[in-house]
Amino acid sequence: MTDKPSLSFSCPVPHSNSERIEIAHGGGGLRTQRLIDTVFRPAFGQSENDLTHDGAVLEVSGAKLAFTADSYVVDPLFFPGGDIGTLAVNGTVNDLAMCGARPVGLSTAFIIEEGFPMSELQRIVQSMRTAADAADVRLVTGDTKVVERGKGDGLYLTTSGMGLVVASKPVSPERVRPGDVIVLSGDVGRHGMAVMAAREGLGLEPPIASDCAPLAAQILRLIDEGIDIHCLRDLTRGGLATALIEIAHTASVTMRIADSTVPISAPVRGACEILGIDPLYVANEGRFVALVPAQAGQRTLDLLRGYDDNAAIIGTVEMVDEPGSLTLETLGGVRALDLLTGEQLPRIC
Amino acid sequence: MKYVDEFRDPAAARHYADAIARVTTRPWTIMEICGGQTHAIVRHGIDQMLPDGILLLHGPGCPVCVTPSGMIDAAISIAERPGVILCTFGDMLRVPGGQGSLLSARGRGADVRMVYSPLDALALAQENPAREVVFFAIGFETTAPTTAMAVLQAEREGLSNFSLLVSHVLVPPAMEALLSDPANGVQGFLAAGHVCTVTGYREYEPIARRFGIPVVITGFEPLDLLQGIYLCIRQLEEGRVEVENQYRRLVRPEGNASACAAVDRVFRVRSQQWRGIGEIEASGLGLTPDYEPFDALVRFPGTAVLPEGQTSCISGEILRGVRKPCDCPAFATGCTPEHPLGATMVSSEGACAAYYRYRRPLEPA
Amino acid sequence: MCLAVPGEVLSIDGDDVLMRDGRIAFAGVVKRACLAYVPEAKIGDYVLVHAGFAIAVIDAVEAQRTLALIEEIVAEDGR
Repeated sequence: MTDKPSLSFSCPVPHSNSERIEIAHGGGGLRTQRLIDTVFRPAFGQSENDLTHDGAVLEVSGAKLAFTADSYVVDPLFFPGGDIGTLAVNGTVNDLAMCGARPVGLSTAFIIEEGFPMSELQRIVQSMRTAADAADVRLVTGDTKVVERGKGDGLYLTTSGMGLVVASKPVSPERVRPGDVIVLSGDVGRHGMAVMAAREGLGLEPPIASDCAPLAAQILRLIDEGIDIHCLRDLTRGGLATALIEIAHTASVTMRIADSTVPISAPVRGACEILGIDPLYVANEGRFVALVPAQAGQRTLDLLRGYDDNAAIIGTVEMVDEPGSLTLETLGGVRALDLLTGEQLPRIC
Repeated sequence: MKYVDEFRDPAAARHYADAIARVTTRPWTIMEICGGQTHAIVRHGIDQMLPDGILLLHGPGCPVCVTPSGMIDAAISIAERPGVILCTFGDMLRVPGGQGSLLSARGRGADVRMVYSPLDALALAQENPAREVVFFAIGFETTAPTTAMAVLQAEREGLSNFSLLVSHVLVPPAMEALLSDPANGVQGFLAAGHVCTVTGYREYEPIARRFGIPVVITGFEPLDLLQGIYLCIRQLEEGRVEVENQYRRLVRPEGNASACAAVDRVFRVRSQQWRGIGEIEASGLGLTPDYEPFDALVRFPGTAVLPEGQTSCISGEILRGVRKPCDCPAFATGCTPEHPLGATMVSSEGACAAYYRYRRPLEPA
Repeated sequence: MCLAVPGEVLSIDGDDVLMRDGRIAFAGVVKRACLAYVPEAKIGDYVLVHAGFAIAVIDAVEAQRTLALIEEIVAEDGR
């Protein structure tokens, strides 16, 4: 009989609250929320809804203008399906579309590191022109700065966009109602897996391509067809789950989606399985969710299927409740989906 | 996906859950000892399908969670040495030791890189002859062969800039330590299917006999887990004590001979610290004398590996299965994935983190 | 522990046992894995891959048996 080991309970002291910015603050999850709530909103915002939605709507002499800003720090700069330039143009076009606006003009500011190859800059700028043409928007103004070698990670882009709101009623979380149907525009997880695979050199064949694309056409079509869209959100970092959780929190509603209804392409599924990544939280750059009244659900789905066969109704808004939550119907039961605390990392375990 | 989808059929799963309910006449406590199984159970809601009275406990099966904090600190101190590239699996990056995590070390300028396989670390050593590449070798018996092969290839190629910080752990000694504790209430075990793919399951027979506990080697898909639980309950209800293999498509009694041979050549068994539990004899792996040149602690002398300190979190009891995450007063309040107190909350595979992400606040009405 | 996924062996490279590797297909994506621990693996076999290594070949006959057992339970419950 061996001696019983003397057992003790040992755990680390918890991390103290951050005094410095950490990578997680840029992840789009809980830490980003905290940063907005504790640093930015007190200084800039007036209400809960400022600063959290994709863009702002300003009334100027009777016209409703949508205004948005975004920065792009993607690594690597070039990936299958796009580059930092395509991301920047489409990302801003999409933020405007999510306000129910037709994009009118974009500005881009370049922060370029000394020594950055001119040929790569040209490639990126050309991508931006191509993306802008495809999205029917113009790049009208911008700025350029160069920082010393070692201080810039190659290239950072900041874009701002302006659009004309064409939705007759506001499109924002306040309009979400119990009974609303959640319609997803296509399959999820491509962009995040494309970038992760490229950055980490995962050697996937064929390389997964980003879904980076403009979404204005689909949105304008829904508006044209008279769909009373309550809320729109494009899925970016943090994926489908994060987008819905944010709406649920802002609108103080509970939402439920079903695991089995979320479309995921075979390569993304394969990549997520081998790395142990949850596709519901993987970034997208060409997908959105629309929350529409129940009676408009089928029509919305039919219209979106005209652009992407994989569009699907994935769930419903259940009821008004503080603080708002998202639940997932699984094979065996139901579980809550929470914001991630940091970027998802491949697992061994 | 073949060999995955067939074992995720929802209708079959519901029928299996009914079958479990039919054979269950009494409460039973079953432990699984694999972070991957914990993850799958909670992800698919398997525990929500079981009859009340079947208690599924999550033992210390997450290699990331049980890595001693002193080893993490050692990894950080090695990573901070000039010229070193420290390679680690992704889920190890955010786990705090006593002095922060590898991720925060990277934030301070250490060259810490995430790898999917030990062979990726080896490739980095080949591509960077002027740098010292150190691989943080954690994991159970499933992973040890992969580390062993990296060492064997490094030896074959005469690489002098590749070394390992070894913290591999073994399952059966942990099971024995758990079952030897008179306070433990475990009546049946689901053994980790992928570990047994490598080791086989002959070692489990003496454990089953000694403690009178049925052991079912179980896979990872919903139908595997349900079938494993079903077989375990059948044994308990019928008073049998056997080692049964549910994961027959991948597990043979003798395991994978070439993988075991590689591990035996490169590693030897030694005593090991388990975070939140303490020292368990003969439960870890160290490099054999022939392979000591590949030991990062030998290559970087002066790297301290400090013993575990004492705090008040109950992760040790959770890992031993005597308490559940929701029993902890700090669960989801003072202790969250963002501010973890213990290993079980730190890693996304830890029982507390899994519970936090997947179960709170929904308890069935 | 032990995230491991089954995939189909599409091609095998290398004669040296230690260095043999192959292209493995998982749903729609292909990735290389070391085959040193599955010397018996052939093209068309399904292998279990963990951390870049195939650690076992799936026994198709046993897989069928397992599914058949599951079917039995399902059928019984349906009655």
